[in-house]
Amino acid sequence: MTGAQTRRGPVALAAARFAANRQAMAGVVCLLLIALLAIIVPLVWPHGIEEASLDRIAQPPSLADFHWFGTDANGRDLFVRAFYGGRISLAVGLVATVIALVIGVAWGATAGYLGGTVDLVMMRVVDVLYALPLLFLIIVLVTVFGNNIILIFAAIGAVEWLTMARIVRGQAIALRNREFIESARAIDLPPGRILARYIIPNAIGPVIVYATLLIPINIIIESALSFLGLGVQEPLTSWGLLISQGAAQIDSAPWLLGFPAILLVLTMLSFNFIGDGLRDALDPGARG
Amino acid sequence: MRLLSFILGRAAVALLTILVIVTAAFFLTRLAPGGPFDAEVDLDPLVRANLERTYGLDQPIGIQYRRYLGALAAGDLGPSTTYPDRGVSELIADGLPVSLRIGLAALAIATAAGMAAGIFAARNRNRPVDALVMGVASLGVALPAFVVAPFLTLLFGIYLSWLPVAGWGDGSLRHWVLPVVSLALPQVAAIARLTRGAMLETLSADFVRTARAKGLPERRVISAHVLPAAVLPVVSYLGPAIAGVLTGSVIVEQIFALPGLGRFFVQGAINRDYGLVLGIVILYASALILLNLLVDLAYGWLDPRTRTGR
Repeated sequence: MTGAQTRRGPVALAAARFAANRQAMAGVVCLLLIALLAIIVPLVWPHGIEEASLDRIAQPPSLADFHWFGTDANGRDLFVRAFYGGRISLAVGLVATVIALVIGVAWGATAGYLGGTVDLVMMRVVDVLYALPLLFLIIVLVTVFGNNIILIFAAIGAVEWLTMARIVRGQAIALRNREFIESARAIDLPPGRILARYIIPNAIGPVIVYATLLIPINIIIESALSFLGLGVQEPLTSWGLLISQGAAQIDSAPWLLGFPAILLVLTMLSFNFIGDGLRDALDPGARG
Repeated sequence: MRLLSFILGRAAVALLTILVIVTAAFFLTRLAPGGPFDAEVDLDPLVRANLERTYGLDQPIGIQYRRYLGALAAGDLGPSTTYPDRGVSELIADGLPVSLRIGLAALAIATAAGMAAGIFAARNRNRPVDALVMGVASLGVALPAFVVAPFLTLLFGIYLSWLPVAGWGDGSLRHWVLPVVSLALPQVAAIARLTRGAMLETLSADFVRTARAKGLPERRVISAHVLPAAVLPVVSYLGPAIAGVLTGSVIVEQIFALPGLGRFFVQGAINRDYGLVLGIVILYASALILLNLLVDLAYGWLDPRTRTGR
């Protein structure tokens, strides 16, 4: 390290390490591109997502007439549907992760910081939920509250916070007896304030890394649910639903599976690269 | 003695956990609106009442719960409303071998191939082959089974016609190949990444330096010191993974139309078949708890640092 670098703060150093990671930056660029297209394409594309036409059923991709990804069995344009589905899949992934983040951080930080019986009871709840099949919980939540997209967001997030809670609890326990926390206690700050002001901000590194890796997991869960017919329903669409429809016609129209699958896999790869890059940048010691 | 009391203590906690899970699952499924006989829209009220009486669904929920627990204690998982002529225990006995065979075969392949790839990559750290193996693994992790399976079907089932596209047939090996490979591929990648990471971490650990310093041949350093420690994350990964395959990979069984537990589970959930869903949940939870206990025991055996009080 040169003298100039040592004057920079930990955040700037982490950002510099992240920017130097080519895989991670490629992930960022690729992801931004997909997200941008998912936002813009449905707005500007000459075909609408539900615009069906009987005279162009299941046509292979062509540059003519703006059917770049071909059309599906109902004569709908796959290009606009693939990016519209991307909107839903990315939104589910993000929103479900935010829900998991909020519940998991609050739960884990409280359990770890307070310790004792509170910790024991709270972590037993986590253990019990862990032992329930994830799909069971999601299916129950979806059937209890009805099958609508907001609830799919919520159901996935409400199930996926468990690991987050464990990670944050471990951090909170490690921080609990540090001097700066003790001094906060000594000046009679209430526990809620200590949690929000000191524990959670100091535990945020692993949380960010895990959250980045949770987004693709949640997208996969949404896709799997939609694939089984339990997730997003027509006329809405998502990558999972498109892949499921494509898989049913793979011998006659393989592009219906191919394009949504490529977009999904690129998104997975990007998130994984970004997550790995963040882990290396935030915690250089834990390189693996 | 200490081991025995450890196991007994864990078993007591496990039983309690399973009781809580059964209770939670029981009330959660019944909390959901709709019942098992809602699909037939024009069901005669008398017929419905009769059906509900047959399955004891006309009783208050507290009594239903007590009856269910009573039967469960006797090892009976109760009736299924989807398959009226067969009990849930019988359905599970039918589906379990299919799910288990496919799942264990996939995990065995994934563990062998994944660990081999991970060890190979770690020993060639930062060389081009390392980057190649890990690049393929990154791609593998990003490829979910429901994307891999249709492409494999297209290639080997339709274009080449080497293997059946779907179904279980007589259960012969030909019907296994595509489901097993679809299940195994993402796990190979995950295990390879885990193994490489753990290998690299262990290779720079103090006890490995000590082993080298005392003049052990490199082969022996790897086999006696590095591998047992490097295998730990894989062991943790395999515990829940085995519980997962036990109850069937829902997606893969759906794609290949296999008569395993995963399909029963989804069908049961959609049809509000309380008995069937609960039965599979109990099986999964018990397996998960048991396997996590085994993982902890394996840790004690593989990693001397986690042995306490000896």
